[in-house]
Amino acid sequence: MSVATEATAPEAALLRVNNIEVIYDHVILVLRGVSLEVEKGGIVALLGANGAGKTTTLKAISNLLGTERGEVTKGSIEFEGVNVEASSPNALVKRGCIQVMEGRHCFEHLTVEENLLTGAFTRGGDRAGIQADLEMVYDYFPRLKDRRGSQAGYTSGGEQQMCAIGRALMSRPKMVLLDEPSMGLAPQLVEQIFEIVKKINEQEGVTILLAEQNTNIALKYARYGYILESGRVVMEGAADTLRNNEDVKEFYLGLGGEGRKSFRDVKQYRRRKRWLG
Amino acid sequence: MSEFWFFLEVLLSGLFAGTMYSLVALGFVLIFKASGVFNFAQGTMVLFAALCFVGFLEMGWPVAVAAIVTVGIMVAWAYSVERLVLRHLVNQAPIILFMATIGIAFFLEGFAEFIWGSDVHPLNVGIPNDAWFVGPEGEMMIQQFDLAAAIIAGLLVTVLALFFHYTRIGRALRAVADDHQAALSVGIPLNQIWVIVWSVAGFVALVAGIIWGSRLGVQFALSIIALKALPVLILGGFTSVPGAIVGGLIIGAGEKLAEIYGAPAIAELVSYMSGINNISLGGVEEWFAYVLAMFFLLFRPQGLFGERIIERV
Ligand SMILES: Nc1ncnc2c1ncn2[C@@H]1O[C@H](COP(=O)(O)OP(=O)(O)OP(=O)(O)O)[C@@H](O)[C@H]1O
Ligand SMILES: [Mg+2]
Repeated sequence: MSVATEATAPEAALLRVNNIEVIYDHVILVLRGVSLEVEKGGIVALLGANGAGKTTTLKAISNLLGTERGEVTKGSIEFEGVNVEASSPNALVKRGCIQVMEGRHCFEHLTVEENLLTGAFTRGGDRAGIQADLEMVYDYFPRLKDRRGSQAGYTSGGEQQMCAIGRALMSRPKMVLLDEPSMGLAPQLVEQIFEIVKKINEQEGVTILLAEQNTNIALKYARYGYILESGRVVMEGAADTLRNNEDVKEFYLGLGGEGRKSFRDVKQYRRRKRWLG
Repeated sequence: MSEFWFFLEVLLSGLFAGTMYSLVALGFVLIFKASGVFNFAQGTMVLFAALCFVGFLEMGWPVAVAAIVTVGIMVAWAYSVERLVLRHLVNQAPIILFMATIGIAFFLEGFAEFIWGSDVHPLNVGIPNDAWFVGPEGEMMIQQFDLAAAIIAGLLVTVLALFFHYTRIGRALRAVADDHQAALSVGIPLNQIWVIVWSVAGFVALVAGIIWGSRLGVQFALSIIALKALPVLILGGFTSVPGAIVGGLIIGAGEKLAEIYGAPAIAELVSYMSGINNISLGGVEEWFAYVLAMFFLLFRPQGLFGERIIERV
């Protein structure tokens, strides 16, 4: 190996998931060998239907499976080249990897601003820095500034989603694991939130791994995507490639050909079977 | 007019006694909120803290030193509980955690007896013990001790409230109380939070133990008295700090008033209906709190201040 090739070797991925298997309650096998890579600075989408294992994958990465009696039984996960296995969620947040949970999970009885401040917990007493970041979050989400004094439990679903994302930003993350931000929100609002996420990705250099059922919008904003089914990655590729793939169009984008609703179409039936079986 | 002053005296002494119930209930609420555990051992912690404190005093240590060392012991205790018990039971059902705290309570009680013996220890930390007489002709008696105890309890509650609202750790404690999972996800370490909460509960137990102990002597019955916190919690709601305080005051005042005014009224009613003269009823104070709590369970199970469950549709 020459020195030159070493220098031009691609930068190591920020996150590398190697063939992991996850079991809940010691018996329920949910992930059957999932591998993925996320490069620094990108937006990567993790797609799949209900129960495919998206949330489980994200929780395995951020080490939040423990409280659900889940366990990574095979494979490995590396963040910045270092195994996450031994890191507590607290340590991982300090290392720059934070999750925005599915269903937002704001602290209901805390105000919006207090919610944001809890995101800075791992930063200790860096008052000036935290104050500056609070303003940064308010710049991205002006709605949150208006609602800063309201109890989070009484804000709208969209505001709670913004609050949850803002809270994660307050930890100064390198990478955000964003689980189903579109859930239960009106299409227009979803669009708005994704625009802001994209802006955060570009301006703050925060890498994003996004789990979404809404394939359409996810592939619009992501550069690369993985499709999960029954705990396995069944397809991966650049977002454009996935968007134009016939199977993806049919089963995930709802853009099937004219015969789509006909169950007698054998060819289609086979394809469906292969996908869902 | 003097009857009015007497009423006021009864009411005040009840309220003062109530602050003590509030203090013990507060210890329960803190732990319940932060870890979802109903800590049966809170009463024993009151006893244990008081025993350590009085033990050090009897060894000739100054009050301040004894207090600081006892606080240190309660922190060590909190740490051991988290390390040896809570950590291993995290995802278990609440009833299992509750059983664990019963075990903890019996262990702590036995351990306390092993170390400090089972004598009653008189305790005097210099809280004044005289009475004031107020009113135009001095009709009303106020025990300075009661007043001092109420002030101490009030100060402690204020300091805690400020701590919870305006500090980073306090905010984290409330976050954990709201949503464990989310707290973990933003990097709040639950284990540390539990140690802190149990330490704060231990500190509250020490204050309650010193005050109760000064009044009654430090003795094993303290852990039983602490059970009065249960009806207080049912009244105030298990998750509400203001509820614990107001609940304590209501029960304190209610049982005194029931004893003085309620008992004769009930006695009169019974003798009127049965035709038997001279019935006298006593001891209403003993059961009043529990009966009141029962009514609350029937009609308002979330308690007066039970945290409103925010639901959006
Ligand atoms: N705590 C748990 N215990 C047992 N099984 C679980 C647990 N959590 C999830 N599962 C199972 O694991 C599988 C994957 O769930 P997961 O939540 O990861 O899917 P998902 O892709 O995020 O789905 P959704 O789009 O509905 O959020 C499902 O079959 C689910 O029933
Ligand atoms: Mg999910």
